[in-house]
Amino acid sequence: MTDYDAVIIGAGHNGLICATYLAKAGHRVLVLDGRSEPGGCASTREFATGFKVSDCAQWFSQFDRSINKDLNLDGAGLKLSNAKTTISLQPDGDHLTLDGDHIAGAGVDPVDQAAYREFRKMMQRFAKLMTHLYRGRPPKLVEHNWRDRFTLMKLGLGLKMMGREYMQDMMRIVMINIYDVMNEHFKHDALKSTIALDAVTGTNMGPRSPNTVYSYLHRATGEFLSQTGTTQVIGGMGALGAVLADVATKQGATLQLDSPVASITKTDDRVSGVTLDSGEAISAKLVISSADPKTTFRDLLGYEKMEVGMARRVEHYRSRSGTAKLHLALSSLPQFTGLTDRQLGERLVITPSMDGMERALNPMKYNEISTQHTFDISIPSVADASLAPANQHVLTAIVHYVPYAPDMGWEAARPQLLTTLLAELEVYAPGIGSLVTASELIVPSDLEASHGMAGGNWNHGELSIDQALMMRPFPGSTQYATAVDGLYLCGAGAHPGGGLQGLPGRNAAKEILKRGALS
Amino acid sequence: MSLASRDTMLLTTPFHSRVAAMCDLNDWGNWMGYTTPNAYFDVELEYFALRSTTGVFDLSPMNKYRVTGPDAQRYLNRLVTRDIAKLGINRVGYAIWCDDDGQVMDDGTIFRLGESDYRICSYQRADDWLAWNTLGFDVTIENESDTVVGLAVQGPTSCTILTLLGCTDLNQLKPFGMAHYTFEGKPLMVSRTGFTGDLGYEVWVPPESAEALWDQLFELGHDYLIKPIGGSALELARIEAGFLQANTDFMPSEEVVRVGRTRSPFELGLAWLVDFSKPLFNGRAALLKEQANGSRFRFALLDVHGNKPAEHSFILKGDKQVGTVTSAAWCPTAKANLAYAQIEMPHGAVGDELVAEIYYQRELHWTRLLAPCKVIEGPIFKSAKRWQTPAPPY
Repeated sequence: MTDYDAVIIGAGHNGLICATYLAKAGHRVLVLDGRSEPGGCASTREFATGFKVSDCAQWFSQFDRSINKDLNLDGAGLKLSNAKTTISLQPDGDHLTLDGDHIAGAGVDPVDQAAYREFRKMMQRFAKLMTHLYRGRPPKLVEHNWRDRFTLMKLGLGLKMMGREYMQDMMRIVMINIYDVMNEHFKHDALKSTIALDAVTGTNMGPRSPNTVYSYLHRATGEFLSQTGTTQVIGGMGALGAVLADVATKQGATLQLDSPVASITKTDDRVSGVTLDSGEAISAKLVISSADPKTTFRDLLGYEKMEVGMARRVEHYRSRSGTAKLHLALSSLPQFTGLTDRQLGERLVITPSMDGMERALNPMKYNEISTQHTFDISIPSVADASLAPANQHVLTAIVHYVPYAPDMGWEAARPQLLTTLLAELEVYAPGIGSLVTASELIVPSDLEASHGMAGGNWNHGELSIDQALMMRPFPGSTQYATAVDGLYLCGAGAHPGGGLQGLPGRNAAKEILKRGALS
Repeated sequence: MSLASRDTMLLTTPFHSRVAAMCDLNDWGNWMGYTTPNAYFDVELEYFALRSTTGVFDLSPMNKYRVTGPDAQRYLNRLVTRDIAKLGINRVGYAIWCDDDGQVMDDGTIFRLGESDYRICSYQRADDWLAWNTLGFDVTIENESDTVVGLAVQGPTSCTILTLLGCTDLNQLKPFGMAHYTFEGKPLMVSRTGFTGDLGYEVWVPPESAEALWDQLFELGHDYLIKPIGGSALELARIEAGFLQANTDFMPSEEVVRVGRTRSPFELGLAWLVDFSKPLFNGRAALLKEQANGSRFRFALLDVHGNKPAEHSFILKGDKQVGTVTSAAWCPTAKANLAYAQIEMPHGAVGDELVAEIYYQRELHWTRLLAPCKVIEGPIFKSAKRWQTPAPPY
């Protein structure tokens, strides 16, 4: 008799969702996490007295609504803000706004407006098709399994049903880059770079990198999965973690925080449990890891416990990230040129032209600090006063591109990067620097340390076709099962990947139940 | 050793000056990029030197890798299918290694030189594979192929000759044992190993000792009828003794490009080298599956009727083709016409009666022969001297 049916490593959203589905089916589930709060990347932290930020994920836009329904998260207290408009900031204050099918401002002309509607229509068709694929286990191509064949048949049919033109276009563009696709559709530079930002957020890629159409579509599936638009969680992203933890424990799962897992135990040919940093050993029929594949296999299981082909797959799995986060405590609401106070609560992005984004990427490739960056800014205290002291505000921004290990070392690079970023913001929000009472820069290696994600990559591995679908995270360890018996994956390193969708956790639980792996 | 010969574009070994001087037939072959003799003076006479006196074969083109470091034993145990923990210091073990699909990559010998000090002697170059396998292990791999060279000294008089060379008490060395000596101030290591199935040794020295070693062996061995032997004579001896040859009897799995052309240890009759009591080794999961579900092929030793070697023959069961021959020879000492074959399951069990479809040519005239053959158990040449300790004097 094992201590638990399943031990889940990591109380991130995927780990908790997986735990809830399994507990709901009557299994004894233990969720372990090294952090003191549940939620993983759905976390909120007070980084300066009275100022709270969602220190990893900041937007809620892709969460699968079927999970919300199955687990009744709304009933458990999940509150969201209104959907945000995306405002692409221009130095002259004539900003470009994107709201659904409508774009305006910054001199965008009717031709581009029409092209944008057509582009959205096409992308939505593609994303919708992908959504079907995302809600189930990814089909393997070579094994003769009727479920996989059925999924592939449905996919083929779906492709065909889009009509010849769309089908050809999808097959043509899915392997190329967002830079070329933008230039095929639009003239307006800011429009192109604003869309391109969605393709590279959280990745280690620039607009010209192959796979960026796939990563764009990955984000675009959010529109169908979530149907909330881009929103913020009231109380901070940590409130989502708390709600998920609450739901999981109510279903009977045991949640044990402050309990870092030191290693995954393998007895003979099977994983049989975990050992905590404290030395405590816990046995289980299955170990389900929501940690990223590198952490799971390299650090917790250990290369010496797997055959060499698998060790090489893990070693070569790409999980670097060029994404940092900037947190600012502001003594009052900042003034952005051309924005009303109300608009400060929207999603504000700063994207140099696509060429500018590529130039920002280049120094990162050579472990240097760039002089220009992209920003994806939220001032969550506008819609949620609980996040900052009265009349004061907190700003959080996703920033690209930041090297993982700058040659000059982070001690020297950190103040330099912070100064650069504040100067870049100053162009759009003159005087913002004087409002800053506290600041924090979270670079990829910080995210790696604080959230246990190899490379600091919140997608738990690059979102690219070679690491997607039936190849995520790598051949031999797909469909949530791994090459090691008794060890499953339920995090963003499993299909369909990252982005606060909750699908890896849900799909993994469903697959485990369908296989009867716990009985 | 890395100097290319002026004549052949191939590399030559440190013994080359002596080898070339004795190679009366001037019959050269390419062994893994090295110029090596197929035969020195007469294949049959060379073969009979191996069986009756002593034959010397230049082993230098074999690849040698030193494995050291705290995790050396654990590393090797993950690499190969047998349990290396059972290998004592100064002992040698025959081993095979597989990829993750449980398909044989190569075979070779592993020498345990110290507590955490091993040498792998392999047929194939394995630098990349051995390097990949270091992930997660604290080991150092050093390619010693150019710094350790060797001669196989094989046959009934070999122990006597090597004792004259200064290998004191060599007759006490057990099969698969190793002994260390000095030769002209340099280390010389002898292992009681070989590829002929009889009493025999392999002598390992640094390349600078090569020519002097050769000269002294042939001087001291003169009265014991020592002869150099080439690849063809060794091939005869190893088929007779039941040893597999990589690239002949199986394709190293990394070299294979066509689906289904690799072989597992079970399909090569090497199940005895697979130790499932080890918790992990490359190929374990796939081999467990194969053990449960059955193999595709069976390795069979065939006793073929008549005296025509069944080289490259199809093997038939009734009208149906069920296999092919990988190695074949008429074996002079065993006086048997032997063939190694890969037979599709379920055929090829010991005692199974099959037919070899042999084609041979005499004076431009081709003849097709349907020779009955029978699957036999174990190697056909068995020499008591191979296992005797002390080694019998001559």
